Amino acid sequence: MITPDVVLAHNLTLEEYDRIVQLLGRAPNLVELGMFSALWSEHCSYKSSKVHLRRFPTEAPWVVQGPGENAGVIDIGHGLTAVFKIESHNHPSFVEPFQGAATGVGGILRDVFAMGARPIALMDALRFGPLDVVRNRLIMHGVVAGIAHYGNCVGVPTVGGDVYFEPCYSTNPLVNVFCLGIAPRDRLHFARARHPGRSILYVGSETGRDGIHGANILASRAFDETAEAKRPSVQIGDPFMEKILMEACLEIMQAGLVEAIQDMGAAGLTSSAAEMAARGGCGVVLFLDRVPLREPGLTPYEIMLSESQERMLLILKEGAEAAAEAILRRWGVAFAVVGRLTDDGRLRLRWQGEWVADVPVAALVSGHPVYDRPQTPYTPPRVETIPWEEPSDLNDVVRTWILSEDFASRRWIYRQYDHMVQINTVRRPGHDAAVLRVKGTPVALAMTLDGNGRLCYVDPFVGGLMAVAEAARNVTAVGARPMALTDCLNFGSPENPPVMWQFRQVIEGMREACLALGVPVVSGNVSFYNETEGRPVYPTPVVGMVGLIEDMDAFPIPIAHWTHPGDAVYLVGRIAPVLTGSTWARQHGVLNLGPLPFDIQYEVRFQAALRQAIRRGWLHTVHDVSDGGLLWTLVEASLLGDGDLGWDLTLDPPAGRLDAFLCSEIASAAVVALPEAHRRAFEMAMDQAGIEARYLGRVTDDGRLRLRVGRTTLLRLAVRPWRRRWLRALEDRLRLDTVVYAR
Amino acid sequence: MGRFHFGVVIFPGSNCDYDAYHVVRHVLRQTADFVWHQDTDLTGLDVLILPGGFSYGDYLRTGAMARFSPVVQAVPDFVARGGVVLGICNGFQILLEAGLLPGAMLPNKGLAFICDDVYIRPLRYDTPFTCAIPPGRVLRVPIAHYEGQYFAPARTLRRIRQRGQVVFQYCDPSGRVRPSANPNGSRGAIAGLMDETGRILGMMPHPERASEAILGSTDGRWIFESIVTYLERQAATRAVA
Repeated sequence: MITPDVVLAHNLTLEEYDRIVQLLGRAPNLVELGMFSALWSEHCSYKSSKVHLRRFPTEAPWVVQGPGENAGVIDIGHGLTAVFKIESHNHPSFVEPFQGAATGVGGILRDVFAMGARPIALMDALRFGPLDVVRNRLIMHGVVAGIAHYGNCVGVPTVGGDVYFEPCYSTNPLVNVFCLGIAPRDRLHFARARHPGRSILYVGSETGRDGIHGANILASRAFDETAEAKRPSVQIGDPFMEKILMEACLEIMQAGLVEAIQDMGAAGLTSSAAEMAARGGCGVVLFLDRVPLREPGLTPYEIMLSESQERMLLILKEGAEAAAEAILRRWGVAFAVVGRLTDDGRLRLRWQGEWVADVPVAALVSGHPVYDRPQTPYTPPRVETIPWEEPSDLNDVVRTWILSEDFASRRWIYRQYDHMVQINTVRRPGHDAAVLRVKGTPVALAMTLDGNGRLCYVDPFVGGLMAVAEAARNVTAVGARPMALTDCLNFGSPENPPVMWQFRQVIEGMREACLALGVPVVSGNVSFYNETEGRPVYPTPVVGMVGLIEDMDAFPIPIAHWTHPGDAVYLVGRIAPVLTGSTWARQHGVLNLGPLPFDIQYEVRFQAALRQAIRRGWLHTVHDVSDGGLLWTLVEASLLGDGDLGWDLTLDPPAGRLDAFLCSEIASAAVVALPEAHRRAFEMAMDQAGIEARYLGRVTDDGRLRLRVGRTTLLRLAVRPWRRRWLRALEDRLRLDTVVYAR
Repeated sequence: MGRFHFGVVIFPGSNCDYDAYHVVRHVLRQTADFVWHQDTDLTGLDVLILPGGFSYGDYLRTGAMARFSPVVQAVPDFVARGGVVLGICNGFQILLEAGLLPGAMLPNKGLAFICDDVYIRPLRYDTPFTCAIPPGRVLRVPIAHYEGQYFAPARTLRRIRQRGQVVFQYCDPSGRVRPSANPNGSRGAIAGLMDETGRILGMMPHPERASEAILGSTDGRWIFESIVTYLERQAATRAVA
C-alpha cells in the first residue's frame, strides 16, 4: 500500500508522513495521502515561508482584507474597493510556455472575481534567459502569445508589466501575473463556509486528468533533466469558458445568492473545499459521482487532485439553488451540486457507494509542519575597482542599448495584448505606471510591477527595499499615492540555506520600505524551487503596487516622455554613483562593485515632494531613474514620445567617474520637465522639502539629443531613426528564422 | 435619456458590450439597453450594435458561430424596417459570416494580435455613419484584433467600390492611403464597409474606445454622432411628411 517510495513520490518527507499518521490516528489511504501531499505542498501550505511572511506589515485604515483570502482588498472611496493579487506560473510556463502562461492568467482572474470583483486590469512580470539562445526566444514567443490569447479573449486589458533577461532564467523563466478588480464594498465575497447543511455547487468546466500534481510535483520541486516529462502536469486553458464562468459567477454573487466561493486552483477540488470549510469551521461531504467529468473512469484520487481549469466551488445561501441554476443555464455554464457542509469538521468523500476518504479538515489545511529552515549568508564575489575604462563618448553605449533586449521598446509585447478593452486605460503600457479610471467616480488607479532580481542577488536586503521603493516611485510618477502592494516572491529551493537567507533578507528589506512608505502588503504568493540542477534563479521579488488618484480632474497626470518644446529639464532627487548591480556593470561581466547605498527615508521625502509638485500641476513630464540610470532615463523620455522632441542638456562634470553617475541604478530620482512659468515655484518647493533639483537644459524640437559634460559633447543622437530601430529591436531579437550560432 | 434607442447585443464571449453601452448612454446620452443573443424581438430599437469580443469563443472561425444566433437572424428584418446596424470588430466579423456584408476576414498579415491606434478616413459623408464627420478629417481610432485582414475577390472589391460601400480606409495621419499605414494587410485598405442598403456598417477599429478625451482621442465619437444626426434627420423628414 503506502510504502516510503509512494510517500516520496508525493513529494512528502517521511517525517511529514509520520505526522499525517499521527493526526489521523491511522495510516492514510492513497486518496487521503494524495490530498495531504497537495495541501501540504510548499505551493499550497507556505510551510517554509510562513514564519518569514509574518514580518510584512499588513494593516492600514484603508485595508479591507489583508493576506489569507483569495485576494487583498483596499477601500478606494465612493463605496468601492480595489481587489488585487499576483501569482506565479513559472514552472508550467517553462514546460509548456503557451498554456502555462495562459492558465496563469486564468487562475489569477478567478482569484479576483471570486471576491465579487470585476477584473479591470492585468499585468505581467516576465523573466527570460538572453535572446541569443533560440530556446529562450521560443519560450518568450509562447508566453506572450499565451497571455494574449487568454487575456484578450476574456476581455480584461493587460495594461503593464516588466521584462528582464538574465542567464539564470534560461532554464527557469518567471511568469508572474497580476490582476486587479473593482467591487462595491458591500458586495465583497469571501471564501468562508460557515453554515452546516448548505449545498456545495460545482460550476464550470468538467474535471479531467490535466494538471494532476501541479501543486506538489510541478510547483514545489526544482527542475531536473525530466522537465519535459512533466508536461502532463500543465493544464489547458479555455478563455471562453472563463469568460462565461466569470459573468455567471458575478451575476450570481450580485444577486446575493452566495455565502462563500473559491476557485479550484492549485490542488483543485481538494483545496477549494477544504480551505473554505476550514476558514468557516465546517466539515464537508462530497459525492464524487456527481462531479462532472470530461471522460469516464476517473478515480477519486484523480478527481480530487485534478487541476482542470475554469472551475469554481460555491457555497450557496439557503434556498438559492433555483435562482443560481437559472443564471448558470442562461450563460450555458455547467454545474452540479456535489456535496454539502457538515458540522463535524471532517472532509469525507463518497464514491460508488463507499466512503473513500475521511480526514479532519483542520489537519489537511493547517496540520502541516512549519519550517524555519537554516540560512547561510551569500554574497557574490566583489570586485574592488571598476575593471573597465571610462567611455570617452556615449554614442556607442546608447546605440548598443537601444538595440539590446534590455532596453528595446516593449511594444512588440504589449501590442499583442488588448490593453484598452473596458475603456478605462488612461495611461497605456510602456510608461512608469499604468493609470485606469474608475467609471462613475473621479478616481483613477495607478499600478505597476517592479522587481530587479540582479540587485537582490548582489544585496537581497537593499534589493527588497528598492523593489518596493521603485514600485512606489512609479505610481508616484503619475501623481498617485501608493496605497498597498501585492508581492510574488520567486526564489530557488528553500532547502538551500543561501536561498533561504536571501528570502529572509528580501523580506526584511521590503518590510523596511513598506513601513517607511506606509504601504501594507495585502496579498501575495511565494514561488520556491525556481532552480534547475542546483542553479537557482536570482532572488526575484515582484512588487505589484497600487496607487490612488482621488480626483483625476484635480491635476494633469504627467507622462513619461517630453510633451512641450522649451520645457526645462531637471534631475530631481539623488543618484548614488555606484555601478553595483547595474546593467552597465553586467555588460562588463561584473556585478558586485561594493555596497549599495540606499536611503529609504530620503526616498520617502523625495516621493512626497515629487507627488506634491505633480499635484500642483507644474510638471508635464516625469520619468523615474531606474534601469540604465540617468542616461537611459533621458534617452527613453525622447524615444517614448512620437514627435521630434529631443534635448540639449549640460552636466557639470561629476566628482568621480562619469559612467558611475550616468549609469548608476541606485537612485531616488526622476527626470522631470516643466514650463518656464513654474520653474521658480518648483525650485522653491524642492528646496523647502530638502530635495535636490538640478537644472539640466531644455526640451528641443529639432529631433536631436545632445549631451555636454562641461564643454565636451559626449552624445549626439537623431531621435526619429533611432526610435524606429528601438521600436523594432525586440522583434528583431526574437526572430526565429535567423538563427545565429555562437562562434 | 436621449430620444434614440440603441440596443447592444451580448453574445456569450462579447467583451466590448459594456464599452459600447457606456458610450451610448453616458457620452451620447441616448437610451441604451442590452439585447441577449437569444432575443429576436428588436421592436422599439433604432440602432443595433454588434460589439467586439470573442462570441462563443470564436473557436471555429471568428463570427462563424454567432451568425446562427437568433439575434443575428433577426437583423435583416430589423434593417428592412429602417433599423441601423453597427458591427464593431467581432461584430464586423459576424456580419461577414452572416453574409450581411460581402467578403471575409483573414488573420493579420503579421500573424499577431495588434492593439494600437490607427488612422482611418471616411470615403463618403452621406451615410448614417459618417454624416457628422467634418469633411477631410482623419480619425485616430484603436484596433484590437487578430483576424482583421479584410479579403474579397477582385470582382467583389470592384463591385463594392463602384457601389460606394467602402466607408473607411486605413491611412496615415495626413490621410494618405499607403501600405505602411495598413496595419493588417486588408484589401483596398478597407477598415469599414456598408451593405447595399447603407444601413449596416461593419468596421474593425473601435470607435467606442476613442470617444472620451481622457482615453486619448474623441475621433470615434463622430461615428456615433453621425448615427444620431442621421436618425434626427429621418425623424424630421417623417415629421414633415
